[in-house]
Amino acid sequence: MVRCFLIHTVCPVGALGAGDSRVLYSRVFGPDEGILSDQNRDLSPEERRVLQKEKVSVVARQVRSAVSLSREASGRLLVETEPGDEALALQEADGGVARLRAGDPFAEEMSALWLGVQSLGFTLVCEPHENLLLAEGTLHNLTRHCLETLHMLGQGSEVLLRSNRVDALLSRLLPHGQLLFLNHRFAQSLEKEVAAYVAK
Amino acid sequence: MYSHGSESLIKQAREIQESELQKFHSRLVKLLQGKELGHEAVDSLQRLHLILSATKYTRTLPPELQKRLQSLLSSPAEQFQVLSSAVLRETLPLSGQEVNYNQENFIQLNSHAAALLLSQAGSRADVSSLCAHLLCSLDSRQSEGQANSLAHTLPILNTVLTHSPECLTEDHVTLLSKKLVDWLRYASITQGGGAPSGGFFTGPRSRQPVPIAELDGTVSGDFFTVLCVGQGFTEDQWMNVYSFSMLRHWLLTYHSVANGNNTADTANKLQLSLSLSHSHSFCNDDRSEVDGSVVSMVSATSSSSRLLPPKERLREKAFQYCQRLIEQSDRKAHKRTDTDLQKACLVEAVCILDCVCGEDASLVFRTFPCIKALFGRLSSDLSFARVLLPIAQFYLNHGEMAAVDCESVWTLVFGRFPAELFNSPFLAHEFLRFLRLNLESLQLRVPQYSHSFPNLLKFLAWDSPAVVDDFVDLLPSLVTAGTAVELLHTLLDLPCLSATLVLQVRSTCLPISEPGGRGLLSLDAFRSQSFRGLFLFLLRGEAGSGDTIDRLSTLHELLAETADWPRVVQCAQTVPVLLHIFFDTVIAVADEKLLAHLVQVMLERSSLLLNIPKYNKEIHRVFSCHLLRLCKLHPSLVVDQSHELLEFAGATAKVYSKEEIYTHVVWVLGEYLSASCDSRCSVRLITSCFETLEAVLFEITSSAPPPGADCPVPRVVTSLMSALAKLASRSHDLIPRVSLFLSKLRTVTRGGPVAWCSDEEDLVAIVTRGEELWSLLKAPGVAQSVLTPPPLVTTPQWHRDTNVAMPLRLRALTNLTHSQ
Repeated sequence: MVRCFLIHTVCPVGALGAGDSRVLYSRVFGPDEGILSDQNRDLSPEERRVLQKEKVSVVARQVRSAVSLSREASGRLLVETEPGDEALALQEADGGVARLRAGDPFAEEMSALWLGVQSLGFTLVCEPHENLLLAEGTLHNLTRHCLETLHMLGQGSEVLLRSNRVDALLSRLLPHGQLLFLNHRFAQSLEKEVAAYVAK
Repeated sequence: MYSHGSESLIKQAREIQESELQKFHSRLVKLLQGKELGHEAVDSLQRLHLILSATKYTRTLPPELQKRLQSLLSSPAEQFQVLSSAVLRETLPLSGQEVNYNQENFIQLNSHAAALLLSQAGSRADVSSLCAHLLCSLDSRQSEGQANSLAHTLPILNTVLTHSPECLTEDHVTLLSKKLVDWLRYASITQGGGAPSGGFFTGPRSRQPVPIAELDGTVSGDFFTVLCVGQGFTEDQWMNVYSFSMLRHWLLTYHSVANGNNTADTANKLQLSLSLSHSHSFCNDDRSEVDGSVVSMVSATSSSSRLLPPKERLREKAFQYCQRLIEQSDRKAHKRTDTDLQKACLVEAVCILDCVCGEDASLVFRTFPCIKALFGRLSSDLSFARVLLPIAQFYLNHGEMAAVDCESVWTLVFGRFPAELFNSPFLAHEFLRFLRLNLESLQLRVPQYSHSFPNLLKFLAWDSPAVVDDFVDLLPSLVTAGTAVELLHTLLDLPCLSATLVLQVRSTCLPISEPGGRGLLSLDAFRSQSFRGLFLFLLRGEAGSGDTIDRLSTLHELLAETADWPRVVQCAQTVPVLLHIFFDTVIAVADEKLLAHLVQVMLERSSLLLNIPKYNKEIHRVFSCHLLRLCKLHPSLVVDQSHELLEFAGATAKVYSKEEIYTHVVWVLGEYLSASCDSRCSVRLITSCFETLEAVLFEITSSAPPPGADCPVPRVVTSLMSALAKLASRSHDLIPRVSLFLSKLRTVTRGGPVAWCSDEEDLVAIVTRGEELWSLLKAPGVAQSVLTPPPLVTTPQWHRDTNVAMPLRLRALTNLTHSQ
């Protein structure tokens, strides 16, 4: 299962500290892991929500650090792509996977797959026994759709104001965090539904 | 991509004033009360979502708004379902209005409402109730109009299974297993009439049942799977996809549900599997290529499995499904995404087969031929490396039982993967995870594991930040007495390996001579014949061919320009951590001879490291720490290695360039070169050590430091003085010499500043120490007990020693005094 999907910055942001990341979109799947563990059972719903938000920030920060180290090591220069060139941006994107140890921040060990498209990162946090080949493909697909539907190569503020489109996309391609084995026909069918949703 | 616009939007959302927010709320309530909800409502809801989600602190909504949103969850327009679910997820339910998970009717839930319920569940009981209701809806017959509404049920059940398997009962397991069997094995094999979410007009005339097709276009001759295509899909075909997507997880966890005891007894299982194996008298990896009238070998015996209980039946069907997928993955798909899917399906199929074989050992014999054939098919193509890993896992788990030779598998996995695919981040992650999870098994069954560290470390050398965590876990298993020295050398030269891998990659990418470009010296060296051997040694795949090379300094010179390459620098930063782990582990497995060898290596390598800024210093610090530790544990090491240590300590240049480790060498000499630590320590040895150190001390305190060097660190001077004093206390003839030196030192420093010490405070500290030692040495007996205390004093037993234990003494005294 996928625990969460994030879209966050991987470039320096003025208002934040050096290694921090601004989370633009986050969706956590499933029940809060706090209610089912012994540690956090006494937290109020409000506290649980804060805890969850903080966990998401921790993931974003870790991925931000992984992305910048990876980019530094590969020495590739970031090239700004123009809106309309989503396919190229995706091709140029760097990807990787970071191991999140048990407790840091989720109760169990997780694998955070990431795709860095210029100044934004798209992260999928999965349980490590999950089929990572499938997860990689799904992440790629989700990123492509996000870039296209939300015109993210431009100003990029649409992701904040049209998050319902990402929700709808996720409910088709990653329902409740379930990775799906979709051949091109099934995928086409779902994508048509998403396109119909966006057109409204 | 990320602009000021976005930043300011977020800021506005966070800093919105309470009054403004209230106005917004009331406006929104009014909007939502209208009959037709249009774009304005959507935009406003979206803004509300932004306001709520922009801050981690929870904002509450006015009750009226909340109620209105709650009712929007069942709106016919999906946009409002999505938005209301998203908004409500970001806020808390009204107190007193929390959903009662037990009583609610959840049958008509849409996906978004279900997501909200799941996220708001406050306890395990809530999750259980939700689960039970969903399963009821699965069981009841669904009407035509709600075509895709079941689709989200399986993912939710899977989530519940992940977090809290005890929420399901044994009955649930049986029910779901039956359903899964139906969907996986008996889905329609004709194409659907159109999009599942309703209303496609197809007149009865055009309705001819068209069979489903394979990915390469041929007509499918067997049951439906995720690798089958059609113009449209029926609902059960969709459920086939959802079922397969959760199958592995289901098979892994369904026995940890509540009341989960495995009811099938062994005898029963054995009998059933025997009866099945009689009908499987064919070879499973035989693939028919004939179109149309194919009877797939895989599904020929489905009738006999009807005798099995639901869980076992599901296992059998899962087995058949996976075999079919493996067969289908050999077909040439037309689209790239389908080829990727085939790979993912192969991984999943092998994992599921591994799982079912783990539960039912009789399946191993039916499965192995297929897995072996798959391995044979894929092993020469490294683009299938990520598929070969689960295959290796299968071999590891079941190879012994099936008495299969796994040699070729391990040669591929430990030989070719790290050597050729070190720069693939996903493979590295999965490979290292495979190692971590199977460490015990691998150490037992794969003899070449502990010798494969030169290859394994390539993953680390290439991408240290991503995998250093894994190596922290794995390194202890790679430390063996036989390879410890070579491992130490390899770890110290990890940055060199890093540079070499970069050169290797560049060498294959770049043309032989860069047009007009500045040729890299290191690249030329890498490609030249005369230095080939050096690089080949670094790139070796197995340990055992030698601890290190003679021309190490040449190698370092050749790679000098790589010292600022980011990959090399990142790698260098991980080496100290790994060295600490190495030394911690090696102490447990090493005998004294090995430890002596390691001390030698440390001394030797302290001046033989790739010259990366800060790297040398860090390594010296690690060496110093562990030299101290080793000598403390085995004091006789010092006498044993006295020759090497003295050689090191006698080189005055080291005072200026390696003061950290020099200080520690001097300290261990002073502390442990004594007869009480090792009876081989003779007076002559003490005297020769004394003379060596004395010479160095004279030299550094009599003249200015050599040009280009700083003054010696005060700690070096005081360490030398203390060491001399300690040695003198063991051989009293030496005391006059030390005392003479110390009093001379005092005289000289009284005369004003000295060339070898720039700071006055430091000088005072040095002189003070000198005076302390001088006065101590005036009473040789005292000096001896202070500077060379017997072990009894340094490691007191106190209450542990029955002879000196206080209670015992008191008791004895009491008995004596009360003897009357």
